[in-house]
Amino acid sequence: MNDSKTPSLATTLLLALTVVLDAGGVLLLSRGMKHVGRIDTGAFPTVVRAVGRAIARAEIWLGIAALLLWFICSLVLFSRIDFSYVRPASAVGYALVAVLGYAVLGEAVTAARWVGVVCICAGVTLIGRTPPRTTE
Amino acid sequence: MRTAVCLSIVILASTGGELLSAHAMKQAARLQITSGSAVGLLLQGGFRLSAMWLGLLLQALAFFTLLALLSWADVSFVVPATALNYVVGAAGSVLFLREQVGRTRWAGVLLVCLGVAFICASEL
Repeated sequence: MNDSKTPSLATTLLLALTVVLDAGGVLLLSRGMKHVGRIDTGAFPTVVRAVGRAIARAEIWLGIAALLLWFICSLVLFSRIDFSYVRPASAVGYALVAVLGYAVLGEAVTAARWVGVVCICAGVTLIGRTPPRTTE
Repeated sequence: MRTAVCLSIVILASTGGELLSAHAMKQAARLQITSGSAVGLLLQGGFRLSAMWLGLLLQALAFFTLLALLSWADVSFVVPATALNYVVGAAGSVLFLREQVGRTRWAGVLLVCLGVAFICASEL
């Protein structure tokens, strides 16, 4: 068992990068798809045209690239620290998106969402107080 | 009944898939100790293991089951319910990856799970 109380600086930065890439990737895809418009899944030609509009948008490609990078970073993290540490700690992205939505986009954030943000931050703080790696 | 079965498949397959990927990467890291730790080599090592591909297959199964589930079940129920992934993931890491999850980490996992459920429920 590795008794290191905190992850190394490189691992902490990688964890922060996965959170940013995940949140950023989803935001980019969401923004790109809003320009594509509503897709009627019942009509095949409409779906094909929507896919054509989607692949022409830079946000979609940037979103896909961000999520691919997120996947690679997650795999590297799994090789370094506990799965039970990485997985819940990366949920801080939900809180980040809510805070960014409020601070940058001026979105209204409900009381329930703020309660969620506080719960996630408290949970991640607790997880951060445990050794990041408990296996050989 | 159909909703409960599909939700179980989504949670178990996505968590199982991630656990298998994590297992493959831990194996690759162990095997690579003598030959350096370049990220490219590490990933190459991980993708050579069948656990990685089985993990990806399970995650694909989870994704398509989720799509099917959303075609009849309320999204306001499905999305917050998938936050159970965090609890199942922690249990799976104890059972299959032999990680030591103490009381503090369990408390953190439960708080994160509750927080994600609150946020998802408020967005719907």
